[in-house]
Amino acid sequence: MSDHDYTPKSKFGKWFNDRLPLLTLSNHLAEYPTPKNLNYWWTFGGILTFCLIAQIITGLILAMHYIASADLAFGSVEHIMRDVNYGWLIRYVHANGASMFFLAVYIHIFRSLYYGSYKSPREIIWIIGMIIYFLMMATAFMGYVLPWGQMSFWGATVITNLFSAIPLVGESITNWLWGGYAVDNPTLIRFYSLHYLFPFLIFGLVILHIWALHVPGNNNPIGIDIKKPSKDTVPFHPYIVVKDLFALLIFLIVFAFFVFYSPNILGHADNYIEANPLVTPAHIVPEWYLLPFYAILRSIPDKLFGVIAMFAAIFVLVILPWLDTSKVRSAIFRPLYKQFYWFLVADVLILGYVGAMPAEGLYLLVARVATAYYFLHFLVILPLLGAKEKTLDIPLSLTEPVLGGSLNESMAKNKKEI
Amino acid sequence: MAEDKKTNRRDFIFTASYALGAVGVGAVAWPLIDQMNPDASVKALASTEVDISGVEKGQSITVLWRGKPVFIRRRTEEEITKAKDVKLDDLPHPETDEERAKNPEWLVMLGVCTHLGCVPLGDKGEYGGWFCPCHGSHYDTSGRIRKGPAPTNMEVPKYEFVNSNTIKIG
Repeated sequence: MSDHDYTPKSKFGKWFNDRLPLLTLSNHLAEYPTPKNLNYWWTFGGILTFCLIAQIITGLILAMHYIASADLAFGSVEHIMRDVNYGWLIRYVHANGASMFFLAVYIHIFRSLYYGSYKSPREIIWIIGMIIYFLMMATAFMGYVLPWGQMSFWGATVITNLFSAIPLVGESITNWLWGGYAVDNPTLIRFYSLHYLFPFLIFGLVILHIWALHVPGNNNPIGIDIKKPSKDTVPFHPYIVVKDLFALLIFLIVFAFFVFYSPNILGHADNYIEANPLVTPAHIVPEWYLLPFYAILRSIPDKLFGVIAMFAAIFVLVILPWLDTSKVRSAIFRPLYKQFYWFLVADVLILGYVGAMPAEGLYLLVARVATAYYFLHFLVILPLLGAKEKTLDIPLSLTEPVLGGSLNESMAKNKKEI
Repeated sequence: MAEDKKTNRRDFIFTASYALGAVGVGAVAWPLIDQMNPDASVKALASTEVDISGVEKGQSITVLWRGKPVFIRRRTEEEITKAKDVKLDDLPHPETDEERAKNPEWLVMLGVCTHLGCVPLGDKGEYGGWFCPCHGSHYDTSGRIRKGPAPTNMEVPKYEFVNSNTIKIG
């Protein structure tokens, strides 16, 4: 890296950079050596940064028109939709933006799972990412409460009641969270306050996430350590910047499709009915991005253990770098892991599907099997694979398979001798 | 201790300052935490009086108390017998019907599912009592949990009959 020998060209630049090395930082970001074989699955980091900023900007605007009060919140959201200039657009971008944010984050997470990006030396990047993911879920949940519709109210009731499962202090904790004996005005106002705060916490963690990334550098589809800078890398600007922007444009087409053609398809019709503490909607479902965890919660017939299982499903991801003991990162060279990876993807999709269905009969049975498999994957299959799996030979560098014409190590070595 | 380090005055001062610092941090943190607990105006709404003169047998009304629905059901003879005939061994949370309804004709309880707080639907479920649509808990005609993920019976709040037509909840 050229961080140390960088000097700004202009005299003023030098003067400024000596006092606050911002230009050194921007030079580092532009020159940052990136593996040249990154595929489009690697563009979601940039897309996620865009999502976060879009949510913060639209959120700031909505906060100028929204009123956090149990009596006025529902009306103020309708006021935004009908009266405020372009209010409908801003709210639809914000509401669908949350879904797009999660769509991107799930692709980003599953990319890490496939290419082993969470493995040494990138554990801290992964853990910070998981904290961001957890904060995203909390933020999205609290944001969904703010319109104070029926789903807002009952979603908030169900989720906050999760804490009542804690023995002895459960009830005190829920009353403390609510500021009363049920979800009500005090709950709405504090959720608004925290919904405003959390994105900035996420923003700070994103900076740490990128900082931690820039220490070892990006993983890559082959999953090997590469020399930086070298023939295996390209500078971040303009190569990756342009590629990320192109991917972002494609992503925005999908985003715009939802905003302009089906802005309510990901929401729930019941949320256009004002909150009523006396009537629970017939079928409560969380937003789609929380469904797999909801399915795990419901699959366990005991309240406390259901809640424990749901939080464990997230926690097991945090300790993943130590559960997956295989030294080989990329699934490309792990024939068995590659299959189990797709089983896991299918498993999570199935959990999401049954999470949206009523918890009875066949759905419940499928949810239980899928929940068991989810934990089996992380707690049994991954540690076993690390010990048993026969992995394929990995190339020595990114250029080697191309120049050597084969992934076979010995052949590549022979070529060098020639 | 293998090393016989003597505790000197400085160690004492360190420990004492840490301890005092911890107490100080705790004292400052408590108001910041406690402000989220139910406030005086919420607590002030602690009791409510309900007129039950218009409720016929087999009917129930729902009133709001502390932001939560309270079911007041005037039970039929059939429902009362059904509730009393249940063996305690069959109950996940054993409570007799007498413990739950002082006056067997009137069942007063929080209409809040003890699983995750939804409002169960009346005259539904496999036991002729209530059914929670959220996660499928079945309650009997005494509001006791019979099947599903809810851990306990629906809670009976503190209440009293002020006169034959009025119940005071809270």
